[in-house]
Amino acid sequence: MRQFLDGLLKQWGVTNDLVTVLIYGAGMLLFATIVLLLWVAPLAGFTSYFERRIAARMQSRVGPNRVGPQGILQWIADGLKCLLKEDLIPREADAKLFKVAPYLVFFGMLGTFVVLPFSEWLVIADLDIGVFFLMAVTAFVAVGIIIAGWSSNNKWALLGGMRSAAQIVSYEIPSGLALLAVVMTAGTLSTQGIIRDQGWAPWQWNVFRTPFLFTAFFVYFISALAEINRAPFDLPEAESELVAGYNTEYSGMRFALFFLAEWADCYVISAVATMAFLGGWQIPPIVPEAARPLVQVLAFVAKSFFLIFVVIWIRWTLPRIRVDQMMELCWKYLVPIGFVNLLGTAAWVAFVPPNQALANATSIALCVLAAAVVLYFMARVRYNLRATSAEVSLNPFV
Amino acid sequence: MQAVAEYVGNIKRSAGTILNGMAVTFSYMFRPPITTQYPDRTPKPITDMIPERYRGFLWVDLDICISCLLCERACPIDCIKIEDAKIDKILVTSAIDGKATPKIKDPTRFDINLYKCMYCALCVEPCPTGAIHFTKEFEGATPDLSDLHLRLVSPERKTKVLEAADEAAKKEAAKKAAKEAAAAAAAATAPAPPATGEASAAPATGEAPAGPAPDDVTAAGGGSEDDAATPPAGE
Repeated sequence: MRQFLDGLLKQWGVTNDLVTVLIYGAGMLLFATIVLLLWVAPLAGFTSYFERRIAARMQSRVGPNRVGPQGILQWIADGLKCLLKEDLIPREADAKLFKVAPYLVFFGMLGTFVVLPFSEWLVIADLDIGVFFLMAVTAFVAVGIIIAGWSSNNKWALLGGMRSAAQIVSYEIPSGLALLAVVMTAGTLSTQGIIRDQGWAPWQWNVFRTPFLFTAFFVYFISALAEINRAPFDLPEAESELVAGYNTEYSGMRFALFFLAEWADCYVISAVATMAFLGGWQIPPIVPEAARPLVQVLAFVAKSFFLIFVVIWIRWTLPRIRVDQMMELCWKYLVPIGFVNLLGTAAWVAFVPPNQALANATSIALCVLAAAVVLYFMARVRYNLRATSAEVSLNPFV
Repeated sequence: MQAVAEYVGNIKRSAGTILNGMAVTFSYMFRPPITTQYPDRTPKPITDMIPERYRGFLWVDLDICISCLLCERACPIDCIKIEDAKIDKILVTSAIDGKATPKIKDPTRFDINLYKCMYCALCVEPCPTGAIHFTKEFEGATPDLSDLHLRLVSPERKTKVLEAADEAAKKEAAKKAAKEAAAAAAAATAPAPPATGEASAAPATGEAPAGPAPDDVTAAGGGSEDDAATPPAGE
């Protein structure tokens, strides 16, 4: 992006600093708009459709299948509906804060796209402090949610906002520690640098690189789930206790913005996990040069969507945990494990030379372990299918 | 040491149970949904999927209804209203056992308030010919409640029944007059036996097995079936 703008400026013969800055700003705005319109909004919409279909299938239902072929346009219909709804602001609410809150949540989600790469060349800005920026900008979500809960002037909303604040602040620590382990291994905070440090093959991914990073992956994934308020950590919007939590009083497009942010956040955490642990856009070297940009994007998005599937799958499997259990999980389990990981990674980086016998053997062993777990899992699935002697249907369309 | 063992045990147990739970939900990805996509994407028409003895809307086969009023009396909430006219006696086939049943009255009004009906089947049970019965129709959504007030005898059918009743009455009167004339003649020739006995016996003997009137009624019934109020669900 930057090189493109530089070339443009040189061609136009612009040397004035102010004009340069303005053109940079306009260019970035344009690119951000394109990303927002063509990627984030459809992505969140498609994720909502994806989630509803998978949830339906796991509950022996059909799910949305009327709007467009197989209901693929359901999210457009939902969005239009939300646009046409009345934008209601409660009389006793703090109107200004009430209006601002959804944008803060949305901004916290959208800001992460600045450093989230799609391929070797496609990234808005490859910041040197990428991971740090990621952690910082996500904090806007917590601010937005607390403001939403407070300004609604509704006790359920306030309780939801407070729970969310407690949750996000707690789980920032283990997720930060897990990412820090990756940063230590890669030796850079830049997202592209972390991906370049990995390889295309599973045994070159960070997740299988050392036993500590293997644990860090799970620590990150669990705490990221809690950070975006996904089940089983959806305490802030626990519908059986808090109506809908912090967005109880919202309606129309403001409500839709919260949900847009929630589903886009699914992609964000999956993309960050892909970037930090699953090799990002790395593809085998046999792919021809011309096809590489496209295949890299496909590889990145495919890995991310697999993780989105896991996020959805966890949501429809596990029941919501209690507040005390949530805190216990964070402070008694994830944080200590995160610190041990950090120390272990430091020792590993210091004493185990990369790409030597020990490092390679560890990677292979971890891959074998993961494969064994997957095989055991498949056996359990087969057992469950047999146990109920249910008819097997592989057709995803209904 | 025990605390450490418990700590590690907790982690192991939660990882194991989560894995097993996820295997259960994942196995459902390979099973077909059990949803019936009512009303437009069912594998066969919805009435074929309904059990045989389903209690849907009430319906009356007016051709075999003998207007005995048993259903009207049986109804605990009085949602059936019947008015009738006397016609020439005909034989109708019972829908229950196929036996011939005499019919001497034909309803000129047969109203069922479906929005009051509680589907108790107390009217269906006493019906001697099986004329009143449950259908499999159940879709009663309507913008106007009065759509659910079934008026089963159409105006056309009512006029035909009344015509037939008039004819039957005329014939009856004519017969009576003839009988009376005959009786008067007999009385004139011979000392009279009580004339009332002759008169009361006359309808029984002069049964008129195939008068034109009953045929008319059945034909009218068959012809006006489509004009008669259709079940609300069919709309």
